[in-house]
Amino acid sequence: MKNLVILGAGTSGTMMANHLVSKLPKKEWQITIVDQYKTHYYQPGFLFLPFDIYNENQVKKVGKKFIPKGVNYVQKKIEQIFPKENKVELEDETLNYDILIVATGCKIAPQETEGMKGENWHKSVFDFYTFEGSLALRNKLRDWKGGKMVVHFTEMPIKCPVAPLEFVFLADSYFTKKGMRDKVDLTYVTPLGGAFTKPKATAALSHLMKEKNIKVVTDFNIERVDNEKNQIVDYADTTVDFDLLVTVPTNMGDEVIERSGMGDDLNFVPTHHNTLQSIDNENIFVIGDATNVPASKAGSVAHFASETLTDNILLYIEGKPLKEEFDGHANCFIETGKNKALLIDFNYKFEPLEGTFPIAGIGPLKLLKESIFNHWGKLAFRWIYWNMLLKGIPIPMVSRNMSLKGKKIN
Amino acid sequence: MDLNIAGIRLDVTEDGYLTDLSQWNKEIAIEIAKENGIELTDKHWEVLYWIQDQVKNDVALSVRGIKKSGVLDIKEFYELFPGGPLKISTKIAGVPKPKSCI
Repeated sequence: MKNLVILGAGTSGTMMANHLVSKLPKKEWQITIVDQYKTHYYQPGFLFLPFDIYNENQVKKVGKKFIPKGVNYVQKKIEQIFPKENKVELEDETLNYDILIVATGCKIAPQETEGMKGENWHKSVFDFYTFEGSLALRNKLRDWKGGKMVVHFTEMPIKCPVAPLEFVFLADSYFTKKGMRDKVDLTYVTPLGGAFTKPKATAALSHLMKEKNIKVVTDFNIERVDNEKNQIVDYADTTVDFDLLVTVPTNMGDEVIERSGMGDDLNFVPTHHNTLQSIDNENIFVIGDATNVPASKAGSVAHFASETLTDNILLYIEGKPLKEEFDGHANCFIETGKNKALLIDFNYKFEPLEGTFPIAGIGPLKLLKESIFNHWGKLAFRWIYWNMLLKGIPIPMVSRNMSLKGKKIN
Repeated sequence: MDLNIAGIRLDVTEDGYLTDLSQWNKEIAIEIAKENGIELTDKHWEVLYWIQDQVKNDVALSVRGIKKSGVLDIKEFYELFPGGPLKISTKIAGVPKPKSCI
């Protein structure tokens, strides 16, 4: 009997278990998936929870429900991976593997910025990338009287890089609806050169910030949070005052990657961009937020990657060359507030372009343009996530590689 | 888009970043630096080569990464490339500027 071990039962790990259980012969392969946590969170929902659009129960389910029969589900802490010995040490047992899939994701590391996880953490300084942070922020916003709200991210790469923008758009809507928009001063602070950084998106979307009366501070590289003065301070000594800071801290891969000596400075595992095989070990594959590939860290990217990776695991077992197929494809709805959203579709090579999706010339979804239909798409996606995506069921008409059909290239 | 720098036709993005690092050379770097009001010193070159190495190794560039680099501290980085150190240094180094999905 051979062993395939998946580390992490988040979006990527769960999808891989579902893909592989029907493809690997049961008499020859035992599939094991390891994750110490019982709850599977719908992370895109953390954007809606602070604004009372979703409640707690809509963003979490018991993870076990999504692990298919025939897969051995181990709920234990992973201590260390020993790539040279083909084994993984858990808290009280050791697993040997023939093939390892690393799907340990990434998470926020507020401790990387001085003062961020200080006395005001989850009091006036919040994250919304964890269930706890998002929920604490909801409770804060429910009776917040207004003031300076600063929405900020620390540095790239972060999970779902558009989430801070979506947050500031939804905040504008939320306070407008509550009849208190005039009491809230909204500022978006980014380390990059603009709120939008790709030429087509900048041209199509820059008006949104002005329309919604959101101030933008660019090129702000945070050095520390000053908890006395309620300011964020950057390395050039510029400051931004806040009453309420909503920040996305540095994102890092799991500590187990660091303990195992397998990652870069941010604990991301060096991975082949197109095959998803790890650079250092041929029987280790990496998927989702755990990789260092220059694609967005997002469930949608993991979804497309999981299809290529499934094929490549089978090819690897047969001793055949791997497909260099994965193109960094991402397909994401972006909330812009007031019940509208954008849709973007892009990959390593092509920036988000205008056009129609998924049917060229027809749509019904519009790319890089606000529409109510796109917003419905975003809300429908929660159902798709739990019922199709995690189970590895292909989404009709949405292919693993990006298509240029229906897109305006110039 | 293309651009003529130091007598060579280069492929660049709409905001003037090289799209192909293999087209880069020292003369080009000197020209781009000049346009940004910077005269390149030995320290600048050390930083530029370090940035190129990071990009070749798929390491995301950030100011925090500079702090850990051992090449220079952040205050020096701001002094060498005033204004937006990452934005300007990447342009001179011929690598993509740090960006987001949109």
